[in-house]
Amino acid sequence: MSKELYFTKTHEWVRFIDETTARVGITEFAQGELGDLVFINLPEKGDEVIAGESFADVESVKAVSNVYSPVSGTVRAVNENLLDQPELVNMDAMEAWFIEVENISEKGELLTEEEYMKLIEE
Amino acid sequence: MELKTPLYDCHVNAGGKIVEFAGYLLPVQYKTGVIAEHMAVRKSAGLFDVSHMGEVIIKGKDALSNIQMLITNDCSRMIDGQVRYSPMCNEKGGVIDDLLVYKISGEQYFIVVNASNRRKDVQWMKSHLKGDAELIDISDEMALIALQGPMSTVILGKVADASKLPVKYYTFRTNVDIAGIDCMVSKTGYTGEEGYEICCRNEDAARLWELLLDVGRSDGLIPCGLGARDTLRLEAAMPLYGHEMDENVTPIEAGLEFAVKLNKDDFIGKQAIMEKGRPAITRVGLRITGRGIARENCPVYHENKEIGKTTSGTHSPYLGYPIAMALVDVSKSETGTKLEVDVRGRKIEAEIVALPFYKRV
Repeated sequence: MSKELYFTKTHEWVRFIDETTARVGITEFAQGELGDLVFINLPEKGDEVIAGESFADVESVKAVSNVYSPVSGTVRAVNENLLDQPELVNMDAMEAWFIEVENISEKGELLTEEEYMKLIEE
Repeated sequence: MELKTPLYDCHVNAGGKIVEFAGYLLPVQYKTGVIAEHMAVRKSAGLFDVSHMGEVIIKGKDALSNIQMLITNDCSRMIDGQVRYSPMCNEKGGVIDDLLVYKISGEQYFIVVNASNRRKDVQWMKSHLKGDAELIDISDEMALIALQGPMSTVILGKVADASKLPVKYYTFRTNVDIAGIDCMVSKTGYTGEEGYEICCRNEDAARLWELLLDVGRSDGLIPCGLGARDTLRLEAAMPLYGHEMDENVTPIEAGLEFAVKLNKDDFIGKQAIMEKGRPAITRVGLRITGRGIARENCPVYHENKEIGKTTSGTHSPYLGYPIAMALVDVSKSETGTKLEVDVRGRKIEAEIVALPFYKRV
């Protein structure tokens, strides 16, 4: 299992590139629960994100859901492919990152893959 | 406590994602997902469990006169085997429910009501019955399965004698034998496609469901959940109780004028509807041109002035963009009018378009 990859109780994943930089997305479980995604609203480059607070929302056919940041920091890049092709998240949630965060100053409550798997089994 | 329809186990076994709806545990979608299920109905066929709907029978010599008093549409010239849609109003002209009336005979009518309103409806109807008329609520004994889509006639023809099936839209046949199961079959639906709604006894429902899926598989038939049911009816601009109408909206305001017959003899709510005169609000269709999806209860603005609220909204799988219905000020309801919709604090652009959003050719 990857040492850099962590999860949240709210079904996001965070993959650290180094100590203070990471990519964030939603989990396979989350995309399955949401169903077909049709819109994703992302923050802009330079925006601040705060651990535990919503930074994006995803619209499925059925409903809208918030996406919470696992870390606090500054948005270095957003995955603009998702704006036109939200279905990329349904196709491969672990590859379809939402944002890349730099200057990470704080981490929220992060779970290892094993802990997360246990959580979603419940 | 949530109730289960007789098809609950079928849904679970097929991987249905179960949610609570109107007190029942029903699949919102299967593994195929809402978009695929929606498109199956538009292109081939889909099977829906709508057993949660309520079914009542009104019978007796005065059945018709009672129905005429209870609902806004006119059933006086219906022939046996016809189905009619109608709102049912309170004294203020507000909509208690919308329903389908099936004329079995001059002294017996079968009525399908919304699951969420069933108890309220039964109580309301019973308390207003006069003369020789009796109401029997058979909801708990009956299952209802909707087979919808352009392939539905082909599929149903594989298991039933085609000459026994209803042909015209909004007609029905009783005692249709489907593989030995006694069914009532109507040419009705809530999807904007050709299709059937099949009523049978609870104990036969699972066998009928599996049989239809079996014989329809090669024609593209798949089971569909409540998610696709909602997106399909929205594209077809069919109203949903609690969204496009409720007890505070008259059927005229909800855009259901076609089902309100003010020239028939009295009905409950007629006085109030007539006194209101021309409505101040009306139902329109919106194409969302900005980014985002307007769902229900989003304020709608015209040049920064609030002119109404959305009643339903979703991403249209067939059209590929978001759509919504809204009740807005009549003076701003012209097709082509540019509006804004407040979606969680963000105003997104929209335009009034003609209803329905989708019409089969």
